[in-house]
Amino acid sequence: MATPDLSPAQLAAPAYPAELRSQLFQYVLQLADTSLILAHRLSEWCGHGPVLEQDLALSNIALDLLGEARSYYQYAAELEGRGRTEDDLAYLRSAVEYRNPLLVEQPNGDFAYTVVRQFLFDNFHYQLLKGLQNGPDARLAAIAEKSLKEAAYHLKWSSEWLIRLGDGTPESRRRLDKAIATLWRFAGELTTPTPNESQLQELGLVPDYAALLPAMQAHVAHVLAEATVPLPTAPVAQLGGKTGRHSEHLGYLLAELQYLQRTYPGLTW
Amino acid sequence: MVTAAPAPTEARIWQLLEEVTDPEVPVLSILDLGIVRQVAVEGEHITVTITPTYSGCPAMNAIATDIRLRLLAEGYPQLTIHNQLSPAWTTDWMTPAGRAKLEAYGIAPPVDGTATGHILNLFGQDTAVRCPLCQSEHTHLVSQFGSTACKALYQCDDCREPFDYFKCHA
Repeated sequence: MATPDLSPAQLAAPAYPAELRSQLFQYVLQLADTSLILAHRLSEWCGHGPVLEQDLALSNIALDLLGEARSYYQYAAELEGRGRTEDDLAYLRSAVEYRNPLLVEQPNGDFAYTVVRQFLFDNFHYQLLKGLQNGPDARLAAIAEKSLKEAAYHLKWSSEWLIRLGDGTPESRRRLDKAIATLWRFAGELTTPTPNESQLQELGLVPDYAALLPAMQAHVAHVLAEATVPLPTAPVAQLGGKTGRHSEHLGYLLAELQYLQRTYPGLTW
Repeated sequence: MVTAAPAPTEARIWQLLEEVTDPEVPVLSILDLGIVRQVAVEGEHITVTITPTYSGCPAMNAIATDIRLRLLAEGYPQLTIHNQLSPAWTTDWMTPAGRAKLEAYGIAPPVDGTATGHILNLFGQDTAVRCPLCQSEHTHLVSQFGSTACKALYQCDDCREPFDYFKCHA
C-alpha cells in the first residue's frame, strides 16, 4: 500500500503540543485498528456467504472499512512522526498493542452472529462519524465525512437483516437470540471511554460518547421492536480491547493478517 | 526521434486526463466520473487533485498510476497527485455525458436525490431505476451492494435482466 500524497490543506494539521499529539495518535490508532479488524473478519466471509448477494454485501462492507482504516493509519503515522508507515502500524504490531474493542475481533460464527456484531458496531460507528465530521480536527472530520456515507449503507443493511432474522422463521429467531445473548456484553465497551478518550473528550477534540448514546439507544429500540425481539437487559460491559487486553481470538486473526509481512519483511506487490 | 515536450498548460493536462478511464467502467473517463478536482501547473511541475469515490475503492490506486503513465508518455514526468477527502465525492459531480455513457454501457446511472441518508427508512421504497437494456421503469432492488463499491444490483421486471445500478452517493 503506497501512501498517497496529501493536499496542502490536509497536511496543515494543527500544531498540537507533543503530549496532545501523542494522545490523538493513540485515539486515531484505535479507530484504525477497529475498522481494520472488523474488515478482516468480514473478509473471511468472502466466498462463504449464505447467498451470492450477501456474500457481496459483506465483502463491500469489508472494503469500505479497510479504506477507512487506511485513512486513519496514514494520519496516525503522521501524528506519531517517527517514520512508521501505515503498513508498519497494521502489519508489525502485536496483539497487546492493538487497541480495537473486543466486539470486532469476535469470530464470525453463523450469519446471525455476524449480523448482530455488525449491527452493534454500525449503530455506534454511524453516530461516532456524525460527531467526528463536525469536530475541530480537520483531518478526522474529512475522513468521517467520507466514511459516513458508507456507514449509512452498512447500518441499513445490518438493521434490516436483524429484523428479518428476528421476525423470520423459528430457526432464524433461535440463532438471532443466541447471538444477542452472546454479543450484547461487548456493546458497552464501544461507549465506555478509556482514560485517554476521556481526556480528549473533555478537551472537546473528539465526540463525547454520552452525547451519542440517546440516538444509538433509540435506533436499537426501534430495530428490536420491528424484529419482535425484547430489548436485552444491559449486561455488565466486557471491557479490555481498547487498552490492549484482548480475547484469544485476536492473536489468531493477526497471525493470518500479518503472515506475509512477518515472513517476508518489506514485501510489496 | 525524441523531441522535448512543449511546456505543460492546464488546458493540455485536462485534455490528457479525459483520456484516462475508470479501470472498472472503461467507458467512463475520470472527468466523466467527476473525481478530478483541480489541475495546477507551475513551470514544469503539474499537480492533479483527485477525490476518491469510496474509501476502499481499489480503482483509486490504478487511476493514480494511469494518470502518471499518461502524463509521462507526453513527456511530463514532474507530477504530484493529491488525494483530497473533503468535500467528499458525490455522484452529483458525474457529468451528463458520463451518465449517458454509463446507460449505453448497460449500467443504470445514479438517480439524484435518492442517497441512503435516512437510516430509519428501513425496507424503504426502492428507487425507481430505469432498466438500461429495455428502458422499463418496472425494476426492483436485489441488493444495495453490487459487483463494486459504487454499484447496487437491480433486476428488470419486464425483460427479466439483472443489471448494475450506479448508486446515488450524495
